[in-house]
Amino acid sequence: MQNHFELFDMAPGYALDTAALDAAYREIQARVHPDRFAQAGDAERRASMQWTTRVNEAYRTLKSPVQRAKYLLELNGVDVAFETNTSMPPEFLMKQMELRETLEQAGEAKDTAALDALRTELRAETLALERALVEAIDERRDYAGAAGLVRKLMFLDKLDAEIDLAYESLEA
Amino acid sequence: MALLQISEPGMSPAPHQRRLAVGIDLGTTNSLVATVRNGVAAALPDQQGRTLLPSIVRYLPDGRAEVGYAAQTHQSEDPRNTIVSVKRYMGRGLKDVAHVESAPYDFVDAPGMLQLRTCAGVKSPVEVSAEILKVLRKRAELSLGGELVGAVVTVPAYFDDAQRQATKDAARLAGLNVLRLLNEPTAAAIAYGLENASEGIYAVYDLGGGTFDLSILRLSKGVFEVVATAGDAALGGDDFDQRVFCWVVEEAKLAPLGARDMRKLLVKSREAKEYLTYHGEAPVSTRLSSGEWVDLSITTEKFCEITQTLVQKTLGPTRKALRDAGLTVGDIKGVVMVGGATRMPQIQRAVGEFFGCDPLNNLDPDKVVALGAAIQADVLAGNKPAGEDWLLLDVIPLSLGIETMGGLVERIVPRNSTIPVARAQEFTTYKDGQSAMSFHVVQGERELVGDCRSLAKFELRGIPPMAAGAARIRVTFQVDADGLLSVSAQEKTSGAEASVTVKPSYGLEDADIERMLRDSYEHARDDMHARALAEHRVDGERLLDATRGALAADGDLLSPQERGEIERAMAALGAVVGGTDHRAIKHASDALNRVTEDFAARRMDANVRRALTGRNIANLDV
Repeated sequence: MQNHFELFDMAPGYALDTAALDAAYREIQARVHPDRFAQAGDAERRASMQWTTRVNEAYRTLKSPVQRAKYLLELNGVDVAFETNTSMPPEFLMKQMELRETLEQAGEAKDTAALDALRTELRAETLALERALVEAIDERRDYAGAAGLVRKLMFLDKLDAEIDLAYESLEA
Repeated sequence: MALLQISEPGMSPAPHQRRLAVGIDLGTTNSLVATVRNGVAAALPDQQGRTLLPSIVRYLPDGRAEVGYAAQTHQSEDPRNTIVSVKRYMGRGLKDVAHVESAPYDFVDAPGMLQLRTCAGVKSPVEVSAEILKVLRKRAELSLGGELVGAVVTVPAYFDDAQRQATKDAARLAGLNVLRLLNEPTAAAIAYGLENASEGIYAVYDLGGGTFDLSILRLSKGVFEVVATAGDAALGGDDFDQRVFCWVVEEAKLAPLGARDMRKLLVKSREAKEYLTYHGEAPVSTRLSSGEWVDLSITTEKFCEITQTLVQKTLGPTRKALRDAGLTVGDIKGVVMVGGATRMPQIQRAVGEFFGCDPLNNLDPDKVVALGAAIQADVLAGNKPAGEDWLLLDVIPLSLGIETMGGLVERIVPRNSTIPVARAQEFTTYKDGQSAMSFHVVQGERELVGDCRSLAKFELRGIPPMAAGAARIRVTFQVDADGLLSVSAQEKTSGAEASVTVKPSYGLEDADIERMLRDSYEHARDDMHARALAEHRVDGERLLDATRGALAADGDLLSPQERGEIERAMAALGAVVGGTDHRAIKHASDALNRVTEDFAARRMDANVRRALTGRNIANLDV
């Protein structure tokens, strides 16, 4: 089976041509989507559903900075092992604890501005990690080193989801 | 006529007749049906020229049902048998429903979905909704002069799987072929976007009678893409009536009311709410059954004050949808207002302030959903030539997951995933020799199973004896283009020996629907055989049509031998499809479906290849 990059006729890499991906995704969807086969026979409707499902999955994976990195490492035989490999640089962990404390305090104080600031800070760190991933994967092909960066990125991703929850409980 | 259509293989079929398809907005307060004629979508009126059908069903002792205005006029005198806002009960248990105490019905708690005891027997909300849909189906058939090939039925975007399935069941019960369940805000975006040739990111703020949806869509040439959706499936215009009602009861210091007085006062409260849209003050005046007069007046200020929390409640999901989409208010180009309740000035004001722009009100908020559904139905029925149609990419509103140890939810499909979507997860046994494993499928965003909606429980049996943790059980969630879920589980090390697929059904099995069909007043006189024959004929002819088209377009993908096999199956179906043996038609259709399986897969591969080739050529041009 084609990998996700081949499916969209793109060169595999962490740096992403979003416009090209969007265009390829829409081109394919326009030809396989179930809405195009509402009047077709069962066999074709089934095939359409399978293809659309696969295209959606591939698109979602490539669109997401975390999933795209994990997928690229998988293609190169490296498991990110987020659950099992918990050794993280101490200064990164310290920083994470600080951020989490800030989050907790902002939540308790119902301080939306503090949440906004935290999110901005997190976004900047995420961007820096993504740039580092472009170097590690696309330029140095250092997949083992990239795995460490992906684990960091997944940490930040989790925190980002927790910020969403904090906003939600403020609004409830 | 059907027989004459069978053409020699390779010969292009005669241009087919326009297929009759409709869009139906099955609303909490009002329902309507629309269709596309001469390229224009329009709502279909009844014989008195009215397009809205009040979503009210009154059951009579002889088993008949009155629907719409006829039922509305009797709602205060016969509240127990006159069901209003039944949409609030679709796919819901008694414990899920707010204001049960002030609803004048005789509820029956049933597993999965509550029921209502009426003088015509116990009715499920699915049956009540089917009565409304039947009236709309007949209205459409009468006005279009033929049988419908199908309907697009709209649902609130925030409806969960149980509510969607209940809606689809109601349509089936009403004798409708459901081409697609379409999310209401998405339908509105289609109608609005096509009308105004809009491009960019839009929000749709849809406050109906009983539901609230906020969807964010990216509109670009030929594509409607839902980026995120959020909402509240139990918040709507009805709640504003309820607030006025409570205010009146308190203000007039009324003793607990009987069913009739309650309904009467609710109707008055609703009238006052509507009056306040255009006036500064509204009278609430009525005589109760005790002879006591209620004679009050409510001002706009008071109304805004007692409904302020409701207005604020809509902004929570609005913020959530923006966050899920990774956008801010500044990214939104316009806000399309949908649903009768958005006429309230305080809603218009709150939305305008939140988004910092004037809301878009240039389509009738009562009709825009049905019009969008009609436009989509026209496309799905195949009435649009290729190139003129568009692509609609929608999402599921709520995450799907499975219960794990300790009553926690393991999320498998996250909310706002583009549908159709499939996702799998592996689980393992925790005891040596464990031969069965049970699964509990839930929907919702909370961590604890008890806080999510339970969709289905099932068991995988026949797992071969293995040490704890050795079995690999793969659970796959598949959500189709209607947003409906099916789940399958398979033990991987032993292959297909133990495998099970479930579709959550909420107490309504296929057999139940069959029985309801047979029991219903209309179908008692219907010949079930004639119905089955008509359905299989339509399916068979559609299949022949589609296969002929496929052979003409992609016949070169087949070897002469394969082609011969397909042509023989077509001829076999062609020979029986005009006959009267519905089983023979079904049999021949199944056979044709089977022999075209490989062909269908190859065509789809070819489609993907063509998509990318086309793009590369286009790129070269630049």
